Amino acid sequence: MVKITFDGIEVEVEEGTTILNAARKIGGEVVPPAMCYYTPLKGSGGKCRACLVKVAAGSAKDPRPMPKLVASCITPVQDGMVVENTTNPDVLATRKGVVEMLLINHPLDCPICDQAGECDLQNFSYEHGTSGTRYEEERRTFEKIDIGPLIQLHMTRCILCYRCVYTADQITEKRVHGVLGRGDAAEIGTYIENVIDNDFSGNVIDVCPVGALTDKTFRFKNRVWFTKPMDAHRDCPKCSGKVVLWMRGNDVMRVTARKDKYNEVQEFICNECRFDHKDPNDWTIEGARKIDRGSVISANHYELPVLNVPVVPNLPGSTEDDLKDTPFNLGRSV
Amino acid sequence: MGRKLLTEHINVEGIQTFDVYRKHGGYASVEKALKTMTPEEVVEEVKASGLRGRGGAGFPTGMKWSFLAKPEGKPRYLVCNADESEPGTFKDRYLMEKLPHLLIEGMITSSFALGARTSYIYIRGELLYVLRILEKAIAEAYANGFLGENILGSGYSLDLHVHPGGGAYICGEETALLESLEGKRGNPRNKPPFPAVWGLYGCPTVVNNVESIATVPWIVTNGAAEYAKIGVGRSTGTKLISAGGNINKPGVYEIELGVPVEEFIYSDEYCGGIWKGRDMKAVIAGGSSVPILPKELILKTAAGEDRLMTYESLSDGGFATGTMLGSGGFFVMDDQTCIVRHTWTLARFYHHESCGQCSPCREGTGWMEKVLHRIEYGHGQMHDIDLLVSVAKQIEGNTICPLGDAAAWPVAAAIRHFRDEFEWHVKHPERATAPGAVYNKADSVLA
Repeated sequence: MVKITFDGIEVEVEEGTTILNAARKIGGEVVPPAMCYYTPLKGSGGKCRACLVKVAAGSAKDPRPMPKLVASCITPVQDGMVVENTTNPDVLATRKGVVEMLLINHPLDCPICDQAGECDLQNFSYEHGTSGTRYEEERRTFEKIDIGPLIQLHMTRCILCYRCVYTADQITEKRVHGVLGRGDAAEIGTYIENVIDNDFSGNVIDVCPVGALTDKTFRFKNRVWFTKPMDAHRDCPKCSGKVVLWMRGNDVMRVTARKDKYNEVQEFICNECRFDHKDPNDWTIEGARKIDRGSVISANHYELPVLNVPVVPNLPGSTEDDLKDTPFNLGRSV
Repeated sequence: MGRKLLTEHINVEGIQTFDVYRKHGGYASVEKALKTMTPEEVVEEVKASGLRGRGGAGFPTGMKWSFLAKPEGKPRYLVCNADESEPGTFKDRYLMEKLPHLLIEGMITSSFALGARTSYIYIRGELLYVLRILEKAIAEAYANGFLGENILGSGYSLDLHVHPGGGAYICGEETALLESLEGKRGNPRNKPPFPAVWGLYGCPTVVNNVESIATVPWIVTNGAAEYAKIGVGRSTGTKLISAGGNINKPGVYEIELGVPVEEFIYSDEYCGGIWKGRDMKAVIAGGSSVPILPKELILKTAAGEDRLMTYESLSDGGFATGTMLGSGGFFVMDDQTCIVRHTWTLARFYHHESCGQCSPCREGTGWMEKVLHRIEYGHGQMHDIDLLVSVAKQIEGNTICPLGDAAAWPVAAAIRHFRDEFEWHVKHPERATAPGAVYNKADSVLA
């Protein structure tokens, strides 16, 4: 075990832990944002530069500061390391710069984007960006690429985090898409038009931090904040079958994997669970999903009327009857 | 006349062939190293010579070699970085084209020192004709027993391969080069781990510039002490300088480190002065990535001392008033050169060559290029100049690899030293965009 000081808070972690994960152990406001790093995906991280922090002392043995800001998601801790994140104005200024860079070619089409409300880039720019832009040039756009009937690729929104590439490499059998071109012309594509088609292809939607990869079966159907996430499971021969159903009324609008509070998938799910089971009767519903962070849902406290009896006391009998065959325990004692 | 260590026999007829090269003392270092020295002794010799990496960063080569991890059961690799693509630098191409056997000799001696059994020369894809020259030379070396199994009966075996790149500047960055050599997309890796621990195919690897490797034979043959006598202070030996731009005699010059910059530009032995009898405006001393310096600062340091062609003297004053020796791409601009247009050209290059992996460089290089384009074509505004400085600062130091720095430095330095010229472009767009119009100070005073 090694001990580091992060923003003045001491924390003890296993050797080899990254600075970011040490900060996540502390939790709360001091955790650096991460747009490309993704714990379940090996090799991810280091690209977006959102998590840059200042290492004020390298280690107890060699207390010299590191000359440049380092990416906390890929830099392992050393015993006695002193890290500054929210306490260092340089770090915050640089982060502001990173937001600006990520947004200059972003279409800012949140009002029509399915990801809005649970978008990492949206959160990142609200937390660290400025309200105006200094960018006066024309924004870069891409030709639309068709990658099949289930997944929509909207390259203009992409921030090139490479997560979908790692996902395809690590949890599917064959990767048919990748990054083509270079610089700000780099894009996700299949080179020769190709369908991304395998049992786990849908996971690229979940790992995408922005609205570049969205679910075609959910596209334009609803806004995230109108839907209610419910933990549910089914017996699935291909995957764990543990999912989140995003429901509106009795309808399952979409199915996603369960994510933790850093928006990272806990268990990847198969396409059958994701796309083919939009009937609530296919699922055993466990109850409301608690969303901690990374979604506007967390601001709504929607779960109270669902599960908390006193909030909706004494429902009329007819309403109770209406709800009898639904998965909700609305108004009834649990 | 300075001493020529690398290029002494460069104009000998047929020096590209094994026989002629051998007749002029070629492959002596291989014989000496393999027969009379241990690998550690060769490393020590290179360390003692004070040779610094000739690719741009100037990191001591011997030191780099001694960092190479030597775990049991893993091969080690030497990779020669011949992906010379920096605008203004063309020394490695010249060396490989004229003296292919010198590089091969250096590769054998260096590989022996590092314990590498397979080595690679990663050559820029555009230099296909040089690749053919090298392959021919390598075949000759194999035929004469200097490559392959049991070289010269010493028990040491080495295979040498030449691999062409696909035309990306970024593959000159050592970890991008290794990715590309492995057959992947040439994206720089996150560091650490450094190639000395985790390099080619996950094995310890040393990546050296062509010129660094080509210098090793001379050091081994003649001794580190002899080499260290040449040069000034910690800048020992000779350096190839690719002189270009508005000078009378552009070309590749081998100089002893320590030649005054003024002598290098104006003496007939080297650049031969500014062409057409014009005055000098600015110099880029070490390839397009290093900061540009105006005439006053390239000839004398801020403290008024003569600037010398050494690592230390050129970087005297930091980036405020200094620059870097870099890769030795020495680019002279006369007083008819438009700095704004020149800066835009460089920004366009870096925009085109950014790999697009990390956000500040991917987005920032394009942004700078577009703003500079606007200023150059008469659509700039005063606040654009500060915007450029700010964007450059947002990129610098915040990227995975040094390409971000390389893109930011030229823009920041041009504005630092030639701000009045940028302002003139903004204030007088109709004059700045007129054909052949070039800013001069007197003009700006009148305006």
